[in-house]
Amino acid sequence: TMAGADGGTTDVQWCFSQVKGAIDDDVADADIISTVEFNHSGELLATGDKGGRVVIFQQEPESKNQPQCRGEYNVYSTFQSHEPEFDYLKSLEIEEKINKIRWLPQKNAAHFLLSTNDKTIKLWKISERDKRPEGYNLKEEDGRFRDPNTVTTLRVPVFRPMDLMVEASPRRVFANAHTYHINSISVNSDHETYLSADDLRINLWHMEITDRSFNIVDIKPTNMEELTEVITAAEFHPSQCNTFVYSSSKGTIRLCDMRASALCDKHVKLFEEPEDPNNRSFFSEIISSISDVKFSHSGRYMMTRDYLSVKIWDLNMETRPVETYQVHEYLRSKLCSLYENDCIFDKFECCWNGKDSVVMTGSYNNFFRMFDRGYRQDVTLEASRENSKLRSVLKPRKVSTGGKRKKDEISVDSLDFNKKILHTAWHPLDNIIAVATINNLYIFQEKLN
Amino acid sequence: RASEQNTEEKMISPEKAEEAKLKARYPNLGNKPGGSDLLRKRLQKGQKYFDSGDYNMAKAKIKNKQLPTAAPEKTEITGDHIPTPQDLPQRKTSLVTSKLAG
Repeated sequence: TMAGADGGTTDVQWCFSQVKGAIDDDVADADIISTVEFNHSGELLATGDKGGRVVIFQQEPESKNQPQCRGEYNVYSTFQSHEPEFDYLKSLEIEEKINKIRWLPQKNAAHFLLSTNDKTIKLWKISERDKRPEGYNLKEEDGRFRDPNTVTTLRVPVFRPMDLMVEASPRRVFANAHTYHINSISVNSDHETYLSADDLRINLWHMEITDRSFNIVDIKPTNMEELTEVITAAEFHPSQCNTFVYSSSKGTIRLCDMRASALCDKHVKLFEEPEDPNNRSFFSEIISSISDVKFSHSGRYMMTRDYLSVKIWDLNMETRPVETYQVHEYLRSKLCSLYENDCIFDKFECCWNGKDSVVMTGSYNNFFRMFDRGYRQDVTLEASRENSKLRSVLKPRKVSTGGKRKKDEISVDSLDFNKKILHTAWHPLDNIIAVATINNLYIFQEKLN
Repeated sequence: RASEQNTEEKMISPEKAEEAKLKARYPNLGNKPGGSDLLRKRLQKGQKYFDSGDYNMAKAKIKNKQLPTAAPEKTEITGDHIPTPQDLPQRKTSLVTSKLAG
């Protein structure tokens, strides 16, 4: 039997496959990984970092010699996507950090992705060149021009094979449309348009048009003193090209329909879980802020991540989530220090597996969590160099919350809050996951027998 | 009756206990943390003011005292803190290839 094919989380055994990045502890700011994304086939895996660089890995085809593991990911292309800028007019420093990468569905031999920093979105074309023309009449092979007088016969240049070269070139630059900081980009299912969202506005772009974008959501109050919430994430529905959602710092999600009106300030649906007023505290709103929203592949559900939990919402029910999973509830009694060291503002992302049966998100101490929706099981795993032997199975980890700490458990006070896993990605089809620690990228695969 | 009351007191939620801790450390903390102050601070990320006139005036005002560096209160957005040339980090592009590709 195929281990873990439709089995629960505890049936699937995750094995270390690869780790990318430097081993040393001295992490340069630029090396901090800021986004991780598989393309639609899972063949390519892109990362963006704080230094504005993109690295794309490609999966090697499965080897007949090693059927027990799927192909390795090796570097395919790397380029500088964004550079630091300074807006002198506004005295604003613009970071080169790549906030998000989103792949376009593949239409031809080339691959396209959108990458964005705080202010500018760029469309990159990644293409392969494995042939070059040879046998020109007017040029030597090294490029020098031939004296036309020496040309006595004509020949037709031919393409000859060459070593594979992967080139990345910026095809479009979508700039000057965001006053605030871009937090999300999302490609529409029409493959022609995409949205970009900042703290207060969402814009709709056409891939071919860079000098114009339509503003579709604007929550900026006339008087900024009245500002009570900001947009934290936005995403297009996977199949309904007229539908998108955006989440807020107050824990709400709004679903909008672009057919209803040009400006989607009025939502069609508002998803919000009622709060018990007796439980309200200074921290309530901060920890309810949604850091990520992701539609399921089916388009029937969406998942949100707030500071302590992951929630699954049925698009047909606005009143409360259908499932809630506690990521690290033990942090509730540490909120004071997490506020003081700013960790309470960490923005964790979340992702679905290809079948929408398991969801994953990161935590601290380089732990990450998986929740199996059907089997109601969850597991905590760790991305660390200690567990980095090829194909070694990851052992589940446990944080002890009570007074007594069992062997192999780690106490809450021993957790390293600098080791945060904010970005994770799941291969669209297989059980292969990419987990980013601060500066390393781990790839884990399901153990196949 | 007395033991019932004690149990009730012990059942303060961990969140509220943490809130009490925070308020004890920062008595001037406002009651609306998610309100405009925190959000506006977030929107102002990246703002770097350096005006030599302001800088010199601020220096003259405080005379021999040190210019305050970080805002001690989380609710303060702008104060008298003017970035000094030493505060502003050196900006340069990452011309080095990412270590992930190494």
